[in-house]
Amino acid sequence: MNPIVTTVLQRVGLGVLTLLAVSVIIFAMIEMLPGDFASAILGQTATPETVAAFQRSIGLDKPPVTRYFEWIGGVLQGNFGESFSSAGALGGGHAKTVASLIGPRLSNTLFLAGFTALISVPLSLALGLLAALYRNSIFDRTVNLVTLTTISVPEFFVAYILMLILAVKFPIFYSLANVSPDTPFFERVARTALPAISLMLVIVAHMMRMTRAAIINLLASPYIEMAKLKGLAPSSVILRHALPNAWAPIGTVVALNLAYLIVGVVVAEVVFVYPGIGQLMVDSVAARDIPVVQACALLFAMAYILLNLLADIVGIVTNPRLLHPR
Amino acid sequence: MKPSAAPLLEIRGLHIQGQSGEVWQDIVKDINLTLRRSEVLGLIGESGAGKSTLGLAAMGYARAGCRILSGTISFDGLDLIAMPEAEKRRLWGTRIAYVAQSAAASFNPAHRLIDQYKEVPVYHGKSGEAEAERNAHAVFRRLHLPEPERIGLRYPHQVSGGQLQRVMTAMAMACGPDLIVFDEPTTALDVTTQIEVLAAIKELVRNSNMAAIYISHDLAVVAQMADRVMVLRYGRLVEEARTGEMLAHPRQPYTKSLWAVRSLNKSEESGGDVVLSVRGVDAAYSGVVKVLHDVNLEVRRGRTVAVVGESGSGKSTLARVITGLLPPHKGEIVFAGKPLPPALSERPKDMLRRIQMIYQMPDMALNPRRRVRDILGRTLELHRGLSGAARENRIVELLEMIELDAGFLNRLPSELSGGQKQRICIARALAVEPDLIICDEVTSALDQIVAEGILKLLLRLQKELGVSYVYITHDLATVKAIADWIVVMQWGKVVQQGPKGEVLTPPHHPYTELLLSSVPEMRTDWLDRLLNARRVGAQATSA
Amino acid sequence: MTERVDIAGVEERPRPTEPAQPGPFATMWRVFARMPLSAQFGTVVILAYVFVAVFAPWLAPFRESQIVGAQFEPWSAAFPFGTDQLGRDLLTRLIYGARNTIGIAVLTTGLAFLIGGLLGLLASVVGGWLDQALSRCVDVLMAIPLLIFALVLLSIFGTSVFNLVLIIAVLDSTRVFRLARATAMNVVVMEFVETARLQGESLLWIMTREVLPNILPPLTAEFGLRFCFVFLTISALSFLGLGIQPPTADWGSMVRENATLIAYGDPTPLLPAGAIALLTVAVNFVVDWFLHKTSGLRDEA
Repeated sequence: MNPIVTTVLQRVGLGVLTLLAVSVIIFAMIEMLPGDFASAILGQTATPETVAAFQRSIGLDKPPVTRYFEWIGGVLQGNFGESFSSAGALGGGHAKTVASLIGPRLSNTLFLAGFTALISVPLSLALGLLAALYRNSIFDRTVNLVTLTTISVPEFFVAYILMLILAVKFPIFYSLANVSPDTPFFERVARTALPAISLMLVIVAHMMRMTRAAIINLLASPYIEMAKLKGLAPSSVILRHALPNAWAPIGTVVALNLAYLIVGVVVAEVVFVYPGIGQLMVDSVAARDIPVVQACALLFAMAYILLNLLADIVGIVTNPRLLHPR
Repeated sequence: MKPSAAPLLEIRGLHIQGQSGEVWQDIVKDINLTLRRSEVLGLIGESGAGKSTLGLAAMGYARAGCRILSGTISFDGLDLIAMPEAEKRRLWGTRIAYVAQSAAASFNPAHRLIDQYKEVPVYHGKSGEAEAERNAHAVFRRLHLPEPERIGLRYPHQVSGGQLQRVMTAMAMACGPDLIVFDEPTTALDVTTQIEVLAAIKELVRNSNMAAIYISHDLAVVAQMADRVMVLRYGRLVEEARTGEMLAHPRQPYTKSLWAVRSLNKSEESGGDVVLSVRGVDAAYSGVVKVLHDVNLEVRRGRTVAVVGESGSGKSTLARVITGLLPPHKGEIVFAGKPLPPALSERPKDMLRRIQMIYQMPDMALNPRRRVRDILGRTLELHRGLSGAARENRIVELLEMIELDAGFLNRLPSELSGGQKQRICIARALAVEPDLIICDEVTSALDQIVAEGILKLLLRLQKELGVSYVYITHDLATVKAIADWIVVMQWGKVVQQGPKGEVLTPPHHPYTELLLSSVPEMRTDWLDRLLNARRVGAQATSA
Repeated sequence: MTERVDIAGVEERPRPTEPAQPGPFATMWRVFARMPLSAQFGTVVILAYVFVAVFAPWLAPFRESQIVGAQFEPWSAAFPFGTDQLGRDLLTRLIYGARNTIGIAVLTTGLAFLIGGLLGLLASVVGGWLDQALSRCVDVLMAIPLLIFALVLLSIFGTSVFNLVLIIAVLDSTRVFRLARATAMNVVVMEFVETARLQGESLLWIMTREVLPNILPPLTAEFGLRFCFVFLTISALSFLGLGIQPPTADWGSMVRENATLIAYGDPTPLLPAGAIALLTVAVNFVVDWFLHKTSGLRDEA
């Protein structure tokens, strides 16, 4: 078989295994719950009967292995179980499914992350390339100092400064990003602008620095010196000799930063009260609504693993040694 | 004045500095160089001599972190220092070409060889695609590359090192340049592969009227190529002469030291009781890749067994098997009459003491954070239980044994020269009075004069202490200097072994013959004669 | 004349020996004077923060949780930065915050280095199955974004300073493990480590005497970077209400508690956020200089 196909298949297999292992870890967390957990959830008024009923309802009476397979089987069909928030209404009330909580918020988060990525990826690649090409120039030094500062500060600092300046002092943007499913597209973009910009600032700084480092590393290769000594102009050296070998490192940089973006949305959503799954997760942690936390964590981890997998695959399919085996 | 009478390249008073940390240091200083058309100039020097920097400067190129401080570089009347980059680029590849040391790293992994060859003439508008390709095939054929029409379709990683280096030479010739700079083109290759590349370069240089600068650390190699040789040291000129004259009558002691090791010749001795015997050893890495097949050898007290082979011969693996780092698959090792446990962890401490090892890179064999006193002292503490004044006295004694003194006690490895570091490694091995020392290419990373000192030291210590050596090397000149018994290895097997005199005098085993004949000799006509002899030999066998 | 003519003119170029060492303070001052401006700025800022953290009780005008005025009082002579949502002096809270926030982050980072560094060293020196097992475990743990993993664990174990320190330290130790293992691997393959093995040195000796001293410079730089990361993570968690809990004064929580003021154009919440930002920027400037310096020295062959 073609080594590319084998290597990609191996890598995908490894990704699936990792995902499986992660799902086991996330599931196993519930085993570590302290004993008094149920009464903490149900409040001090809970009777021993309601506690027992609650424990039965989340399946604590069954062996963990059985419960894992029930849970993961449900997840594969899009069923993440029921939220604890309805636990108080045990016996009579209607149970809210985790999926119904996550569904609309997931698309909001994807919209925010996608919007951010769409602008930051090309911008940071271009800036990183320029900084690498004009290494040690005034431009490079300035960008280095600015980005070093940006990546060092907390996201909420950036977010509140933007809010103070661009929404309160000069009301250009909405200070809160409260969107609903029937918000029209352009209004949605306008309302999402501030969280997106604050995320962009941080992501672009990270991605640009990494791109710069990757390109500088590439330009130090002996074959680049050889290309120069063949008398090629800088543009040809970059396009013909550096670029074909740059896909793997660039893929890694992009994936790494989009993965970082995943975490960044949590804070940005809370600051701008944006109804995404980041905010849902934070609320659920505070309320100790474990099924929702588990589901959100699994989604975040899945996106993270998938991005890294994609980067690896880009590296594999552009590797000349694998493309042209001996 | 006719233009051809003027030199092609003229460098005057060149001074180049390189950045190291926060300070600038001289790399090349006060260099004058003149190169006439169709002349080959050899630049020779050891590590840090500044020869590569000078070679690149001849093209008007300075690497990042280097700066040309003063001097003039004039190529065919053009001032390369003042010339703008864009104009230099019109010269590079067409009138001045470069052949780098490591072809494997200098070819772009993403493109086919033929495309990288064609790039130069097509980019500079010297010929069309089809014509460039036809030319490539012709040059590839002249350089005896296999399948000259097809080899260009391969990618760099699909071609062997020696072939790649020949393709790079062909690429440099693509536009018929006036000057080629060869920067150690054969240093990374084994001796038998080196011959192919040397033959190819010689063929091209002889049959064109271009000039060349040939850079190498090996005077014997340069002697085959160059009309004239410049010897460099620490960025300055030591001596310059016509090649034949330099070999016959070197004026400077340093020049003479360049073949110091070749002048050593140990008188062969035999006898003594057997210290180590390796019996029918097979070894493999991670259980799969078999690197040793049925290796047998014996080492006698106070004698040196040289294990000779090229890369991939398994000679270093043999060392790992003897020391216990790699337990063998099959066979046994008997030490001082008793079978030695195969794995390091099973060997008693006294066994560990009796077998010591010295490595190729003294830089890596000494912990950069520990001082000489601690390095030597720890071994004494561990195996001899020495401490306090007794320990200190023994360390000083050891330092004197290796011709250093107590002034070195507080030095860190970074405050020692390469030769001094290797001496400390020898002292560490000797500290515990071993029976056997395994020397793995111990002089390969050192300059000739330093290597000579180390070899003499090893010989003296052997005479005084009666220690045995297993001396692993690829360099046959060293073998003459130190061995009593020679073991020749190829692809994990012992192809021939015997007393030194017997192995080095004909009739040889065919591989030993190939190995011996491939070592460049200090004669200007060595390569020509060898190629002739091989041609005659080939005709004789085909007839 | 004998045959050994060579030595006089041809011995190797001697290496410089180290100059006599001046006193520690003079050395420190010399190092400081030769830093670039950004690193000097960073050093001064870090020292100032340490000073404030150590002497907080003497510097603060009030006690840590003392209610001294009305809610959200504006900036005045009595309360330079006003009061918070409970009427506590903001300046006092900021000063105590330095102590709590930095202290907890340093403790967590130290713990992460202890766990990750030790296991990383062990994995690289022992190698084989132990290395494989540890590395695969770390791979899986690192497949979950740290903040997300921390959120899951906090939801299970509940939010307390003890849990917080332990959770973040364990999660962050995976990153330390990776670096310690990778840098130690580069040292372990060197022949001086092999020599130590051949001499029969113990595992502990090889780890602490042969390998560790050689990976200290990259680990030191990493400590700065990891500290920033841990500090930002803990602050983010506190900001989300899941980190350091009231009434402990802490910058991340202070941003959250006073966030509503932003909507009225009051920049007060930016003070604790800025305090966090300034420190991480300062540490990064110093680390950047340190990395540059140590990698520059390595070029010197």
